Amino acid sequence: MKNVFALVEHRQDKIRDISYELLTKGQELATLYGGELTALLLGNELTKFIDSLKPYAHRIMIVEDAKLKDFNAESYQIVLSNILKQEQDFLLLMGHTASGMDLGASLSVELGASIATDCTGIEIENDNIIAIRQMYEGKLLAKVNLNIKAKSIITIREGSFPPQVSNLSAKVLDFTSPLTAEPSYRRFVEYIEAPLGEVDITKSDIIIGIGRGIKEKENLLLVEELAKTIGGIVGCSRPIVDAGWLPKDRQVGSSGKTVKPKLYIAIGISGAFQHISGMKGAETIIAINKDPNAPIFSEADYGIVDDLFKVVPILKNKLTAMKA
Amino acid sequence: MNIVVCIKRVPETSESEIKVDESGKDIIKTRLTFDINESDNYALEEAILIKEKLGGTVTAISCGSPDNDATLRMAIAKGADTAIRIDTADLGEEVQPQIDSFKIAQLLKTAISKLEFDIILTGCMAKDDGYSQVGQMVAELLGIPHAALVTEIKIDAPKARAKRELEAGLLEVLDITLPALFTIQTGINEPRYASLIAIRRAAAKEIKILKWNELGMQDTELRATIESLFPPPIGKRAEILQGTTDETATKLTNIVKEKGLI
Ligand SMILES: Cc1cc2nc3c(=O)[nH]c(=O)nc-3n(C[C@H](O)[C@H](O)[C@H](O)COP(=O)(O)OP(=O)(O)OC[C@H]3O[C@@H](n4cnc5c(N)ncnc54)[C@H](O)[C@@H]3O)c2cc1C
Ligand SMILES: Nc1ncnc2c1ncn2[C@@H]1O[C@H](COP(=O)(O)O)[C@@H](O)[C@H]1O
Repeated sequence: MKNVFALVEHRQDKIRDISYELLTKGQELATLYGGELTALLLGNELTKFIDSLKPYAHRIMIVEDAKLKDFNAESYQIVLSNILKQEQDFLLLMGHTASGMDLGASLSVELGASIATDCTGIEIENDNIIAIRQMYEGKLLAKVNLNIKAKSIITIREGSFPPQVSNLSAKVLDFTSPLTAEPSYRRFVEYIEAPLGEVDITKSDIIIGIGRGIKEKENLLLVEELAKTIGGIVGCSRPIVDAGWLPKDRQVGSSGKTVKPKLYIAIGISGAFQHISGMKGAETIIAINKDPNAPIFSEADYGIVDDLFKVVPILKNKLTAMKA
Repeated sequence: MNIVVCIKRVPETSESEIKVDESGKDIIKTRLTFDINESDNYALEEAILIKEKLGGTVTAISCGSPDNDATLRMAIAKGADTAIRIDTADLGEEVQPQIDSFKIAQLLKTAISKLEFDIILTGCMAKDDGYSQVGQMVAELLGIPHAALVTEIKIDAPKARAKRELEAGLLEVLDITLPALFTIQTGINEPRYASLIAIRRAAAKEIKILKWNELGMQDTELRATIESLFPPPIGKRAEILQGTTDETATKLTNIVKEKGLI
């Protein structure tokens, strides 16, 4: 028997979607192991969250503490290690999110646990815990064996397990916070919201997403023209913003904007998960990439495998002619 | 400020064909080009910027085969003072792909604990494995605080104020006490290029080699190992338009027209 734990992620008074995904997978695994699924809820003024979590878990363990109001990997680690040190055989699930990335690996060291991060699947094979995850920027998948199976942590990629509400009614347990103060060596100060930019790409019906394949800043003109032709707006992948070629408010993806246009044309974008998660909701996706194995083609509806510097000018002319 | 920056040498995979080797656990590397991991390049630049502002030293450290020396030399050419490579060759070829993050972190920790440091910088994620683990583990093994996905560091010793990037462009501001480890997100600065003279000078610089079996590490168990690598299943796949550039552009224009997308 193994007990499964899932760390509920919440921020600025809202439970984040990933939490329900973890709980859904967690319940399936707990059933398989004949154990229980415990939702771990750390924070301040938590009662408001309980009802929405109840149907998803056997138990909700609540650690109510004003010092846990905002996520801090160091305080979370103190609390979680206190809870999990008492467990002989556990699997802890958390999101492969900004919080999970900050916390998971260091917690695994403290607990002497194995860890697999950014996983999209979990399988139990001959009693071994096997995590499925992407490698090499999505070009291959890997099966990772968690060799220390009595103590394991898995962080899960967002969107991997669609949430399914079940008919459980979780028992609510209180765990006394072991924190006497927020750790002096790391203190949460504040959140800074993304500034409102000049253009709001989320409002556009047509977005041309440009990626590192554009090579030089000067070449952006090419896509700006294409966008003008079809009444769209230019968005981009992260490296274009990192290079300072376009402002941050044009970035599509997990650390940028989530867009749902009628048409998204990805040009010179490989299709990293962090980009996909921001544009997969588009109605129609077209990809232009010279690499036939680029992961973007698994997300797109139509694709052209070619050099963008050849295709884009011709495409622009044809679309101009079509509109005339 | 004495700064240690952890550098991984990774294959360029976004434009290359990636094939699994005979072991089924690693990729065929012979035809791939290698370079410094993207976020590590930003971490290196940040280390050099801090040194330029506050004085001190930058030590670049990498764990891997002698091929890594080229990457470490480039770090010296850009402004690192010393470079250390932890050699894992004596483990044998078959073991290489099985080395897990925890072991890498232990090696880095063992080597770094012999140095004087105020700040350790790593990348936020290695592009080949995509783990985002090693930095956080090194911090925990050394018993120092860390912050992941950092996009700004302002040092006011003995503290630093950092910004870390959360989802959807939201930032978290935090205060941390030095010595501390930061995993650096891309875009934090503008990485420099090394001058030709600096590259030539770095070629003559010694890289300190630490042998894996001489580091005196205790724990050698592998906590997570790759069982197999395989291509993603062919699920949903785009309809790839065939023909010359002119033909595919025509086809696409027709699709766009028929579906009323524009
Ligand atoms: C925590 C975190 C958050 C992140 N958030 C985001 C995010 O919000 N948004 C985001 O986009 N990324 C994000 N990233 C980065 C992400 O992991 C990828 O690195 C990034 O999306 C890659 O961008 P790209 O596809 O433009 O570049 P690459 O992966 O380098 O791909 C370039 C593509 O262009 C193609 N190409 C090159 N030349 C040509 C040509 N002449 N013609 C046609 N095609 C060509 C290549 O075949 C390749 O597929 C994040 C990463 C981390 C770790
Ligand atoms: N072999 C290595 N040598 C030096 N640094 C490494 C090594 N592997 C990982 N790192 C550092 O840890 C970061 C995160 O790596 P990973 O946990 O593999 O995603 C990288 O960006 C590097 O800074």
